[in-house]
Amino acid sequence: MAADEGGFHGPSIDEFFPPVVLFEGTPFELNRVMLIRLLAVVVILLLFYFGTRRMRLVPGRFQSVIEMGLDFVRVSIAEDLLGKKDGTRFLPLLTTIFFLVLTMNLAGIVPGLNLAGTSVIGMPLVLAVIAYLTFIYAGLRRHPWTFIRGSLFPPGVPKAIYIIVTPIEIVSIFILRPVTLALRLLMNMVAGHLLLVLCFSATAFFFFEAGGLFSLLGIGTLAFGFVFTLFEILVAVLQAYVFTLLTTVYIQLALAEEH
Amino acid sequence: MAAVPAQLVAALTAAAGETRNPLIPEVYDLVWSLVCFLIVFGFFLWKVLPSVKKLLDERAAKIEGGIAKAEEAQAQAAAALEKYNAQLTEARAEAGRIREQAREDGRKILAEMREHAQADAARITASAQAQIEAERQAAVASLRSEVGSLAIDLASGVVGESLDDKRSRSLVDRFLAELEAAEPAQKSSV
Repeated sequence: MAADEGGFHGPSIDEFFPPVVLFEGTPFELNRVMLIRLLAVVVILLLFYFGTRRMRLVPGRFQSVIEMGLDFVRVSIAEDLLGKKDGTRFLPLLTTIFFLVLTMNLAGIVPGLNLAGTSVIGMPLVLAVIAYLTFIYAGLRRHPWTFIRGSLFPPGVPKAIYIIVTPIEIVSIFILRPVTLALRLLMNMVAGHLLLVLCFSATAFFFFEAGGLFSLLGIGTLAFGFVFTLFEILVAVLQAYVFTLLTTVYIQLALAEEH
Repeated sequence: MAAVPAQLVAALTAAAGETRNPLIPEVYDLVWSLVCFLIVFGFFLWKVLPSVKKLLDERAAKIEGGIAKAEEAQAQAAAALEKYNAQLTEARAEAGRIREQAREDGRKILAEMREHAQADAARITASAQAQIEAERQAAVASLRSEVGSLAIDLASGVVGESLDDKRSRSLVDRFLAELEAAEPAQKSSV
């Protein structure tokens, strides 16, 4: 950013819009991010295909790991918040969201990929819209009037206050929920990527362009890059968990009798 | 909540020189996102979760089956124990009965033997007495004859003349009869 006169290339938002690889100009344009997404999908398919192909009552090591992952979503998220019956109903969606987001997030720190599939607005937005439609559908299907009344006129509030509360509720439930869901994930991934790019391009600059004493700074930036890479693993898992958990919570709130 | 991302976005867009707005999705972005979601969703919905559900059901059935089997085994064991206990009590009673019977039999046998022995003893005593009596009679008879002749011999010697046979016999007989008459009196006095 500031060191344009040297060979230093600061990270920019263009990182997320790499050149087109295939099908330019069609709605099926493929660039690096799209390819990373498809690769993530392939990885999920392979992992879970081989993990659940021949399931045995007494699981082997690989099956245990796969089962542990699936159990995490099933038990700790779905059944914990929604109960056994509704948990099973929404389990395919929640499992998909969790593993899709997790895999795409982790692509951000995989050497050679170095870019999360969720770091471009499309994926978070699509998932957020699906989560949004799902919890509205869940509420309307279970008890349309209770859901609408509970959402717009939360009980336990003096009637006059509804003048203020109802608009807030509308904005909060029907606008902010999907928006924050999408932006939280997107921005975490974007910021994480920019941070890593900054650290590593600075390291490259200090080592190979500036040289001399600046190499010492390069060691520092490299160390930072390493630490932030580890941090990104945490963020990747955490964001996948948060996205899935919030989707579940929204569904739970929509299904609840009392809001 | 949206305030922080908004600031970040503003900063980022400013830094990027207004080239792209990262919040406005491209069509291909949405298309591929949707494609990815649908593929994974379909995969989980139709492939992974059903087989996992089947596995979990099987596992639950297996565990429940195991529990049922264990309960059955326990019930069987309890029944067997009860049966054995009953058999044991019965056997004990039987043993008691047999012991009682044996004791009674023993007593009976003992009494029988005692009776036998007593009869034998009586018989032996009686026969011994008879024998003794017979021998006594024999002794008495032989004595009677010998004592008679001895006495005669002795008397002849003393008197110096021979007594004729007829007189001597009557003498001896009289003597012995006296002797015999005195004997019971002597015996009873002893």
